[in-house]
Amino acid sequence: MSTTREAAPPSGAAAMEVDRLSVDVRTPEGTAHVVRDVSFTVRSGETLALLGESGCGKSMTAQAVAGFLEPVADVVGGEIRLNGSDLLALSAAARRRLAGPGLAIVFQDALTALNPVFTVGTQLAEPFRIHERLSRKAAKAKAVELMERVGIPEPRSRVDAYPHQFSGGMRQRLLIAMAVALRPSVLIADEPTTALDVTVQAQIMELLHDLRAEQDTALVLITHDLAVAAEHADHVAVMYAGSVVEAGPVGDVFADPRHPYTRGLLDSVPGSRNRGEPLRFIPGNPPDLRAVPTGCAFRTRCPIAREDCATHRPELSETGLGRAAACHYWKEAAHA
Amino acid sequence: MPDTVTRPPAPLVEAAGLTKSFKVPRSSAGTTRLRALDGVDLTLERGETLGLVGESGCGKSTLARVLLMLDRPDQGTLRFDGTDPLSLRGKELLAWRRRVQMVFQDPFASLNPRLNVAELIGEPWRTHRDLVPRGGRDRRVRKLLEMVGLREGDARRYPQELSGGQRQRIGIARALALKPDVIVCDEPVSALDLSVQAQVLNLLAELQAELDVSYVFISHDLSVVRHVADRVAVMYLGKVAETGRTEEIFANPRHPYTAALLSSAPAPVGSEGTSRQRILLRGEVPSPIDPPSGCRFRTRCWRAEDVCAEEVPPAEAHGGDPTHTAACHFPLEPAHPVPPVSGPQRG
Repeated sequence: MSTTREAAPPSGAAAMEVDRLSVDVRTPEGTAHVVRDVSFTVRSGETLALLGESGCGKSMTAQAVAGFLEPVADVVGGEIRLNGSDLLALSAAARRRLAGPGLAIVFQDALTALNPVFTVGTQLAEPFRIHERLSRKAAKAKAVELMERVGIPEPRSRVDAYPHQFSGGMRQRLLIAMAVALRPSVLIADEPTTALDVTVQAQIMELLHDLRAEQDTALVLITHDLAVAAEHADHVAVMYAGSVVEAGPVGDVFADPRHPYTRGLLDSVPGSRNRGEPLRFIPGNPPDLRAVPTGCAFRTRCPIAREDCATHRPELSETGLGRAAACHYWKEAAHA
Repeated sequence: MPDTVTRPPAPLVEAAGLTKSFKVPRSSAGTTRLRALDGVDLTLERGETLGLVGESGCGKSTLARVLLMLDRPDQGTLRFDGTDPLSLRGKELLAWRRRVQMVFQDPFASLNPRLNVAELIGEPWRTHRDLVPRGGRDRRVRKLLEMVGLREGDARRYPQELSGGQRQRIGIARALALKPDVIVCDEPVSALDLSVQAQVLNLLAELQAELDVSYVFISHDLSVVRHVADRVAVMYLGKVAETGRTEEIFANPRHPYTAALLSSAPAPVGSEGTSRQRILLRGEVPSPIDPPSGCRFRTRCWRAEDVCAEEVPPAEAHGGDPTHTAACHFPLEPAHPVPPVSGPQRG
């Protein structure tokens, strides 16, 4: 069920394979199945975009993979294999030893992700102190080196500054620096540029791109922005109501979507229609994850749904070379 | 009015030389002034959409507040349909306020959770009592619900029971309740998911066609602005860097900042812009407390020369279209020349 395994041309080894991952969240009103049987593979030197709207489960997937789930959320099934070992089968300590240096995450909100009472130098040096057991002095030197690498001006004098003394773009660079400090094989970036201005956004994406190439990292880019995915990802997995509904090379998927949801999203983009013409849109709203429709979760908003969509849940299955869609009628979606 | 035959009617809104500064604490001690707007000129025609784009700190929200008369400019003039709102006081000012309304960015924060939908829509009439007679208010609420695509049954619901898109429809209905001439939309769809965003953009377009209302549309999303705006003003550090017809600006940006901004935004999916050159700006927007001398963009500009530090570039037309102006000493050559259009674009 790996969604990108057959993608051509494969450029690197599979750095991480997520297989049928499921996450439940307990709420007072019942259990929400926020991630359901999500599978994907990401290879070294490649970028996979997990794309979807709010509440589709993309961030929850990232948090489960990184091991940062909130206490009300549980992984209820699946495997996360990092360079071959299943993280979910390991003890907490063993997972930290392996995933600490091997897998890193960059959060959207850089101000809350940095500790306000420690200097950025202390925070940047921490991974080296813990995982490489470097001395304070050596770790600080590494911190300065990292700050320089991610484009922070005057790193030697700013290493002793506190997070609030940096701009939003610079804070995002600091977070990226912390994440790549130990040269992880997988880097997850959760909406890394959403809070930033566009000219700074472009700089941050450029930095992630360069670091990925330098360190041969596998990059998982969590985003709601189709244009960001189109421009920066090699592969895309489109999520809806907790599941991957379509996956494949990003150019192929956007040029020829094979799930009605993907098609609906692409049609909603301003610029896809002439000015003055009404935009197309997907009627209705995404379902409440505590009461997802039976069968296909998208059927209540789908223009081509039929009776069996309510009774049979479509599996993500191959629709072509390196491509997969979870739709009984994907051939029609492709030509709708 | 034989006058109107020979010359185009004056725009609905005409602002010139708007300047606004705020007192802010200095990092060491005391206070200093942050110049949020610095000599901004702007016009808005009836039934037109003006897109305001620029990055944080460029002054677009301050400009919106000045147009709404929530802040008074330190300098500059404002004409609104033949009147000078800056000269109004008391009841006259209150009556004028009805004519310019606002739709806010966050439909989760801008609606009182203790009021139901009907009360929220009717709330503006508590201030403007004479606009809709008491006996006609229920009918008017129903009409407004219908106009913004909500059901009659939604009238008794509370905002927390509604989705983001539905809440934004309420925000629009509240603005429309006062029959305004201008609606300032401050990032009205940026809190909404893409599929819902399209519904709200369509609604705004339908309402404009029906009511001939003008929009000042503030957005960081260039593909949204390109879709909705007739004209665009690009702002940088309190000044208008470039303004013109939307197609002109997107096809032929003359100000280097506009070009960089357009090239920074990821290409809209399925657009022809795959072969374009990315202009990656160095650094970030300087602090508006101590902006660069001369041209404010010069510290990040690849075309800057000595003169840019010495002289503030005036806003000038650099091509055949007199409505397309850029404030730059070394404007870019047009990339895709568009034949100039003569006369006013919209009636």
